[in-house]
Amino acid sequence: MDISSHDVLIIGGGGAGLRAAIAVAEVNPRLNVAVISKVYPMRSHTVSAEGGAAAVIKTGDTLDDHAYDTISGGDWLCDQDAVEAFVQEAPEELLRLEHWGCPWSRDPDGHIAVRAFGGMKKERTWFAADKTGFHMLHTLFQTTLKYTAIARYDEWFVTKLLVDDNRVQGVVAIEIMSGKIQAITAKAVILCTGGCGRVFPFTTNANIKNGDGMALAYGAGAPLKDMEFVQYHPTGLPFTGILITEAARAEGGYMLNKDGYRYLQDYNLGTPQPKPVLRSMELGPRDRLCQAFVKEMEKGRTIKGPYGDVVHLDVRHLGEKLINTKLPFVRELCLKYQNIDPVKELIPVRPVVHYMMGGVSTNIHGATPLAGLYAAGEVACVSINGANRLGSNSLPELLVFGARAGRAAAEFASTQKESNGIILSQALDETKRVEAQFLEKTGGRERIATLREEMQKAMENGAGIYRTHSSLAEAAAKLRELQERFPSITLDDRSRTFNTELTAAVELGFMLDVGEAIVQSALHRTESRGAHQRTDYPKRDDEKFLAHTLIYRNADGSTHGDYLPVTITRWPPGERVYGQPAQAAQAKGG
Amino acid sequence: MAETIKLEVTRYAPERHQAPTSQSFEVPYRKDWVVLDALNYIKDNLDGSLSYRWSCRMGICGSCGMMVNGEPKLTCATFLSKYAPGPVRVEPLRYFPVVRDLIIEMTDFMAKLRSVKPWIIREEEKPLSEGEYLQTPEQLDTYKQFSMCINCMLCYAACPVYGLDPLFSGPAAIALAQRYNLDSRDQGAEERMGILSQHAGIWGCTFVGECTRVCPKHVDPAGAIQQYKLTAAKEWFKSLLMPWGAK
Repeated sequence: MDISSHDVLIIGGGGAGLRAAIAVAEVNPRLNVAVISKVYPMRSHTVSAEGGAAAVIKTGDTLDDHAYDTISGGDWLCDQDAVEAFVQEAPEELLRLEHWGCPWSRDPDGHIAVRAFGGMKKERTWFAADKTGFHMLHTLFQTTLKYTAIARYDEWFVTKLLVDDNRVQGVVAIEIMSGKIQAITAKAVILCTGGCGRVFPFTTNANIKNGDGMALAYGAGAPLKDMEFVQYHPTGLPFTGILITEAARAEGGYMLNKDGYRYLQDYNLGTPQPKPVLRSMELGPRDRLCQAFVKEMEKGRTIKGPYGDVVHLDVRHLGEKLINTKLPFVRELCLKYQNIDPVKELIPVRPVVHYMMGGVSTNIHGATPLAGLYAAGEVACVSINGANRLGSNSLPELLVFGARAGRAAAEFASTQKESNGIILSQALDETKRVEAQFLEKTGGRERIATLREEMQKAMENGAGIYRTHSSLAEAAAKLRELQERFPSITLDDRSRTFNTELTAAVELGFMLDVGEAIVQSALHRTESRGAHQRTDYPKRDDEKFLAHTLIYRNADGSTHGDYLPVTITRWPPGERVYGQPAQAAQAKGG
Repeated sequence: MAETIKLEVTRYAPERHQAPTSQSFEVPYRKDWVVLDALNYIKDNLDGSLSYRWSCRMGICGSCGMMVNGEPKLTCATFLSKYAPGPVRVEPLRYFPVVRDLIIEMTDFMAKLRSVKPWIIREEEKPLSEGEYLQTPEQLDTYKQFSMCINCMLCYAACPVYGLDPLFSGPAAIALAQRYNLDSRDQGAEERMGILSQHAGIWGCTFVGECTRVCPKHVDPAGAIQQYKLTAAKEWFKSLLMPWGAK
């Protein structure tokens, strides 16, 4: 079996992975660092992020304001030490990207421009029109090209983490182009594989978002944290799930029900004003807006469409000029994929699975409890996002915690010896497993797509915007059934060359594991907080649940849970207030 | 009762085929389906071995470029209805080696991209503590369109010069070099000029403009190449007039 070795191996070539790679190269240029990704790095899902990246840069804004918005937005489940580090380091990280060439939108005087965003009480969201993630990713990727120390494994797919002596020492991966399976050893491994939206049927997430890194860590014995917190975004295009950025509302768009009424005013989010008001109405947090949609649907005030109920996002009053300069991608996406022009027409939208607050449990340095394993970005849960992430916090999170994980992994790798021989026999076993279970498998009668669709339906029905014990228990039973049927999948593809059916099969296995972690975590949290709404336990319960859920996979395949207290530094748990009361409180506080 | 449409899809697996062949599939015809939805229908329901790249399904990741009825297209942004009643011919991008079915080999582009140094080059880096480099919206506009390239490779599949001369850096790489040359923060234009003018490919471009026409992101690589040729010609002319290295 072929083997290659690196000091630090980063799995995933999106924003977090590339930032981590540069951090390693800069901390210690003698370290041998590699990025392994199942797609070319510039295809990574960071590319789809639209609206912007939050960081305090303007006078009148403060780090404490950003921290408070993040913590209250997260319904007090954020670790406040992590949030403080995050808001502190976000501005310099975004500036660094500016120095690397990111085409940030500018004020007329040449300074960085900022826009409003949901749940933020100051305008602090940097943006590159409405293709912020695209520009950040390409800037990062093109900048990595100047570092000759950064090796890449493009289109390689990791199937397993190699663990011995309670330490992660490498991976087994398939070179997709040739089908070759090999071990890649490393003194430290950083997971930067992003989220798992594809566990659900209707998602903004790209086809590659299968929770790979979460499943790899879970399978290796590392805990997943706060997996019950799944973010729906209020404005997805029906059928495709294409995201219409929150920036459309930040620039002044309205949410309308079937009567053309700005219904959010009925849900404790303030009173409608012609111009956008921060932390109010359309600029409320995502969880509250999605919950309002469901209530509105129950009242029969949404619009029936071929792909479920929708409401309307109205940006017509913003005018063609503003839409073309600030929201060009919104217009492009509506024209190309929905055949409507938002300059003249209403945009049909509905809540869509968008982001995973939970993930591989890490500390403030990106280290997981498993030695040698680090994680950053959406795959990780530090947690700065708590029970509900604020829009425009995920992009700076990639940079801040990508860099932190890179530095911590570099330091750890510098103190470690090469991996041992036991790892190689493990790698050989894994190769044999992949070959026997997938490549040389005969028989079977279950189609991958069938199992995947059943899983997605079970997740939506059981663990959607509103959950109950019985809906979750039903989903858990269905997932168990699917786990049992999984070994009977049938595979049509016998080729070793670019076998995408093989990767789809492994991804399905990953998604079943991640789905299980989401459902089990949601079952155990008998309260409602942020994006986790239990109709059978409608209140937040700080006495029992001001804590992170941890879930572990045991060696026998069963799971067990645990809780970890939330770190509170300066912001004791309070009520989440949006709309007019928030304005009043702000005015009083000066 | 349900309407269908025929797709003729290129199949190739090096272990089994000497050369690419075509296979027909009947898929449901739906007005809101793009070509990629039809391919996914085939993979999920008819033949799991069909191989192609795709990811975001919103025209920004650049993975799903293929030839559709002979034209380079992002299949996620190309509706079946455009080709009704069919058949729809789906082939791998032209001028690239084919790895498998609809998948092309693009390592050549990755090397070319790196060779044009697509990053900010400066003599002196300003410390972060001094804040951002100022750049007015007008300065941003001078390079912005070139920064919109998603590396989807449609322009290479449309470029007759690349088809004849694989050494040609090609439209996207040159557009990205120009993206940095025109950025007010960058000082690397001369360095990049040296790299690009070394190769004859740039002179082979006869300004057919096919690259610009097929670009799904409205980048104008043909314009970038023309700008390059002009600057390179000026440099060459200057070197004749002033052989002692005046700049």
